[in-house]
Amino acid sequence: MIGGLFIYNHKGEVLISRVYRDDIGRNAVDAFRVNVIHARQQVRSPVTNIARTSFFHVKRSNIWLAAVTKQNVNAAMVFEFLYKMCDVMAAYFGKISEENIKNNFVLIYELLDEILDFGYPQNSETGALKTFITQQGIKSQHQTKEEQSQITSQVTGQIGWRWEGIKYRRNELFLDVLESVNLLMSPQGQVLSAHVSGRVVMKSYLSGMPECKFGMNDKIVIEKQGKGTADETSKSGKQSIAIDDCTFHQCVRLSKFDSERSISFIPPDREFELMRYRTTKDIILPFRVIPLVREVGHTKLEVKVVIKSNFKPSLLAQKIEVRIPTPLNTSGVQVICMKGKAKYKASENAIVWKIKRMAGMKESQISAEIELLPTNDKKKWARPPISMNFEVPFAPSGLKVRYLKVFEPKLNYSDHDVIKWVRYIGRSGIYETRC
Amino acid sequence: MVPVGRGMPFIPSVLAVVGAGAARMSRDTPWCLEAFYLIPPGTHANEGIQVGRGKSKEAEIKRINKELANIRSKFKGDRALDGYSKKKYVCKLLFIFLLGHDIDFGHMEAVNLLSSNRYTEKQIGYLFISVLVNSNSELIRLINNAIKNDLASRNPTFMGLALHCIANVGSREMAEAFAGEIPRILVAGDTMDSVKQSAALCLLRLYRTSPDLVPMGDWTSRVVHLLNDQHLGVVTAATSLITTLAQKNPEEFKTSVSLAVSRLSRIVTSASTDLQDYTYYFVPAPWLSVKLLRLLQCYPPPEDPAVRGRLTECLEAILNKAQEPPKSKKVQHSNAKNAVLFEAISLVIHHDSEPNLLVRACNQLGQFLQHRETNLRYLALESMCTLASSEFSHEAVKTHIETVINAPQTERDVSVRQRAVDLLYAMCDRSNAQQIVAEMLSYLETADYSIREEIVLKVAILAEKYAVDYTWYVDTILNLIRIAGDYVSEEVWYRVIQIVINRDDVQGYAAKTVFEALQASACHENLVKVGGYILGEFGNLIAGDPRSSPLTQFHLLHSKFHLCSVPTRALLLSTYIKFVNLFPEVKGTIQDVLRSDSQLKNADVELQQRAVEYLRLSTVASTDILATVLEEMPPFPERESSILAKLKKKKGPSTVTDLEEAKRERSADVNGGPEPAPASTSAVSTPSPSADLLGLGAAPPAPAGPPPSSGGLLVDVFSDSPSAAAPLAPGSEDNFARFVCKNNGVLFENQLLQIGLKSEFRQNLGRMFIFYGNKTSTQFLNFTPTLICSDDLQANLSLQTKPVDPAVDGGAQVQQAVNIECVSDFTEAPVLNIQFRYGGTFQNVSVKLPITLNKFFQPTEMASQDFFQRWKQLSNPQQEVQSIFKAKHPMDTEVTKAKIIGFGSALLEEVDPNPANFVGAGIIHTRTAQIGCLLRLEPNLQAQMYRLTLRTSRETVSQRLCELLSEQF
Repeated sequence: MIGGLFIYNHKGEVLISRVYRDDIGRNAVDAFRVNVIHARQQVRSPVTNIARTSFFHVKRSNIWLAAVTKQNVNAAMVFEFLYKMCDVMAAYFGKISEENIKNNFVLIYELLDEILDFGYPQNSETGALKTFITQQGIKSQHQTKEEQSQITSQVTGQIGWRWEGIKYRRNELFLDVLESVNLLMSPQGQVLSAHVSGRVVMKSYLSGMPECKFGMNDKIVIEKQGKGTADETSKSGKQSIAIDDCTFHQCVRLSKFDSERSISFIPPDREFELMRYRTTKDIILPFRVIPLVREVGHTKLEVKVVIKSNFKPSLLAQKIEVRIPTPLNTSGVQVICMKGKAKYKASENAIVWKIKRMAGMKESQISAEIELLPTNDKKKWARPPISMNFEVPFAPSGLKVRYLKVFEPKLNYSDHDVIKWVRYIGRSGIYETRC
Repeated sequence: MVPVGRGMPFIPSVLAVVGAGAARMSRDTPWCLEAFYLIPPGTHANEGIQVGRGKSKEAEIKRINKELANIRSKFKGDRALDGYSKKKYVCKLLFIFLLGHDIDFGHMEAVNLLSSNRYTEKQIGYLFISVLVNSNSELIRLINNAIKNDLASRNPTFMGLALHCIANVGSREMAEAFAGEIPRILVAGDTMDSVKQSAALCLLRLYRTSPDLVPMGDWTSRVVHLLNDQHLGVVTAATSLITTLAQKNPEEFKTSVSLAVSRLSRIVTSASTDLQDYTYYFVPAPWLSVKLLRLLQCYPPPEDPAVRGRLTECLEAILNKAQEPPKSKKVQHSNAKNAVLFEAISLVIHHDSEPNLLVRACNQLGQFLQHRETNLRYLALESMCTLASSEFSHEAVKTHIETVINAPQTERDVSVRQRAVDLLYAMCDRSNAQQIVAEMLSYLETADYSIREEIVLKVAILAEKYAVDYTWYVDTILNLIRIAGDYVSEEVWYRVIQIVINRDDVQGYAAKTVFEALQASACHENLVKVGGYILGEFGNLIAGDPRSSPLTQFHLLHSKFHLCSVPTRALLLSTYIKFVNLFPEVKGTIQDVLRSDSQLKNADVELQQRAVEYLRLSTVASTDILATVLEEMPPFPERESSILAKLKKKKGPSTVTDLEEAKRERSADVNGGPEPAPASTSAVSTPSPSADLLGLGAAPPAPAGPPPSSGGLLVDVFSDSPSAAAPLAPGSEDNFARFVCKNNGVLFENQLLQIGLKSEFRQNLGRMFIFYGNKTSTQFLNFTPTLICSDDLQANLSLQTKPVDPAVDGGAQVQQAVNIECVSDFTEAPVLNIQFRYGGTFQNVSVKLPITLNKFFQPTEMASQDFFQRWKQLSNPQQEVQSIFKAKHPMDTEVTKAKIIGFGSALLEEVDPNPANFVGAGIIHTRTAQIGCLLRLEPNLQAQMYRLTLRTSRETVSQRLCELLSEQF
């Protein structure tokens, strides 16, 4: 049970302060500022315990969101709520910045009253919220009694995230599979740890109260169905993926997933996150980084890094960035690269190599000479790993959308009339190779 | 701008720059401006550090990383940097370091700056080194070299910089390198004043960090003459140095006294215009005055009357000035004036020889007691505490008693209140003790919790020390327990009991008072303890009053029983058993209480054991035994009050101790109270005060070994009752006699040593274990026990011992085994002589070792007719010995039986036609012969007489056995 919620700017000034429970005193606001925002050592843990009070914080650009509680709450729930809060605010007024928060503080207090009740999270579905918390404010004379009672029944009803009477001329839906791939690799190319965390985000423009069914190449489902056609799976190699764990949007019928492992739901209007999942097996690593570091005496370091793209040649990776850390006593750097642009960034103590686009099954190379200044410090350089950022147009986990069926019995459109768009984006999470 | 001018004295100012840098790390100051402050004059502003204030910490780190990379590329070494840029970048590094980032390069560049000829460059170099170079750096050699060059340069500015660097680093390496050099600079004739000043402070710093490295030499005598220097800065610095040096080597700097006095008189008597530059808010040279006065406190009053007169004049002048109206309303004026005044008063107190000055100082302080300024009141009270211990000013201090008494009640500041209590304690003597104690007691009710325990101890000490009338003392302490029972430590109530027990005149009053105090519905546990103890000892003194009849006393105590902790309950159980002795009429009630399950089956072992033993004791033992066992406690030996020790411990080994000593000496003649105990007794610190003090813990001692027989149990266990455990003269016949009928127990005990015995005998052989226990906390040295036998005895008794370890640790016990063989019958007993060194003194103890002929007795059972048959066989007149004697102990059949069995013979039942008579038989085994013995004991209850008849086959044996046995009844 969240006791209170505070929003600070980067200086630690309180922008929003909402206390839900009596056990949180006024000094809690200052305690967080003093011990976390203004702490001498950077606080890296998102949960801080100060005087038997727990502070859960997330930071969006320069803005700190902190939930406070004295009770033993489910930390994951609190963070889920904080992220949801960020989403809701972003949906209402765009980027979360100090200025936007200051301009919308009445709205924010209104939202906070709605989505948290006595510290218990309530409906935080943006679509639903927008029907009764509007930026203009509800003008009662324009709203009929009927509309008001409709809002009430919808908010308190069984399907709180969608309401009757939605109508689109063109029934359309967009499905995005967004994945981030994380890797830690040894200098010899051995995978030390790797996992993919993915999200399926859906944007629906559907009329009425459609019943949807989502299908993907989940190993359990495929094996269940494909007993007769086992030869097909073995023929095309890796067809199904093993999902380690997943979570769904509240609209998904969990009982049905548990019994039949089918994902069926009535979607909220517009954008929402259908599911989140994580896989650790058979991950396609889009890039391979091969580092070569040679120390020449005490004052010189030679670094050579080769990157190899490891996907279909027809696909193009984008926004590739390789970050090669340099020792703290670097006094000069010379870089030569065949492709893209490379630069020594003194402020970050790293060489940053950027390539705009790169096709599959290619390789590229950079070599740098780093001059070092002799120091009286006996500490050896710790050699932080080389990290990488990129974006690829496929799902590194191997997830495939098999179908998304829409049934709307009341209105006269069928599954075939719905225009469906599917897109896969694989991004790098923490993608590091030790050197 | 940097507040450092060229050629100015500036150790503090260098620190100020660094300090300012550190202080300005706060977030709200625009720190690009601060960066310029660090750059010495001559640097162009637009080339200063352009480190802008980032929006957040991350931005700041980025900015600094970039700046560091830039500086690194400049320091790379491919291009030679000019001095200016080098200085600029070193300065930036220093600034970044002060912002809290690690700097691991640039040291070499900083060292290079040291050899520059420009002041600003040198300064930044030294600054960097003072802040950043740690002592074990390999650069230290280079730095030392640069410093050496600067010291030798004869340029006062450079010398100053070098000296400041040495002082700021102040490491041992620096001291090693320069400790010899600096005194030379200090006393050289051609050194500039500002350099001398810096050198003096630098030397002071080195002396403080590593005094062993600063060599004393002929410079010391010349340093003293710096007190005459024209330059006041030099004098001030030199005074600090000399004061520190003089504390360690007073002899070497003795000449400084007269110089200091003359300098002081010049300052004090000068018109304010003379020392224009050094007058601080109309006070001439206050710092120098304070330092000179402090220097004089290292020495006793000057012997030369002229110097002494001059000093007295000075002190008088300072005291006079305090009376003058202030020349300025500014707080700085009064602060400076009072600083000098207080230092002068401490000097007066230190000398403690001028009654006139002491009284004046006291009056002056008296004025401060009601000053508005809290600090002044505090200082006044503190100084008065020391004044109160001086014989000259004690009376003068007492005149302020009213003010001081009011202080704890009215004062706002807790630390001042505490000082006021200290002063009350210090000024207390016989004349005002009652008033002060009453006042402290009333303050105690409202006092801060932090100082309550201390006040309690002080009240307890004062009440004891100045008690004329011990009823007052008892009242005071009971009041103390009532008001602040939680803060009354064990020592306090132990002490009450010691005093009540040692003083016959208050016992009745004490019993009455505690009885009344206990009637309160809620009373503190400590009061229950005192009450329980005192009523247990002296309850009989008030039993005559029907309001405090024995039964009422018991019920009163027992009503508190269940509210008390385990130790108190244990004490109360002891009180109950004492009641059984004092008032036989309540015996039944008490036995019922002891018999109840809550006692007999108590979960606490101690309580259970006490309940079981006391119950058994009260049912089995006769009234006489009870009376012996539960006798009134003997008086405690006088020794240093344990409360005083506790107060000393609480205060730490500070001046209070001295104060106590002084007070004690003064009060010794006033009161017969706690005289300084002789060294030997005061050194015998009791390891556990409760056991020693109460004696109760030792009342039911557990049997040392298995009891020899069931009948003998009681005698055995209780024979060393508290009274018998009192110190005994060596070789006491009485103690020896107790061992005739038993084998185990304590043979001897005094304050240092306890000797215990455990022995067993079979036929003509025996083995005895002697246990030597060290009761003190210090080691016994050269500990040598020896067994001495006369020639006659040696022939008849063979003894073999092993030597013991000559060192016996405090609290330890060593054992020695003695193998015994009886060759023939004997009459004497061997003597155990023990010699050892305790502390510095030689101790010698001799005791008779209870090895007697009857130990070799083997009992023989025989029927009536056998007995009489043998009795008749031994009818030879030499064989029979008869003795008629008066009973020394109550005539109890069971006890007598136990003694006969303990003596060694068999007790034969139904042999003698008269059942009241006791008959025994046995054989004495020796190596040479076996001697049959028959004995007959006829008690006469009316006459309280016994007739003992012994018949043995050998005349000497009969004689000896009769002697031994007749002593027992």
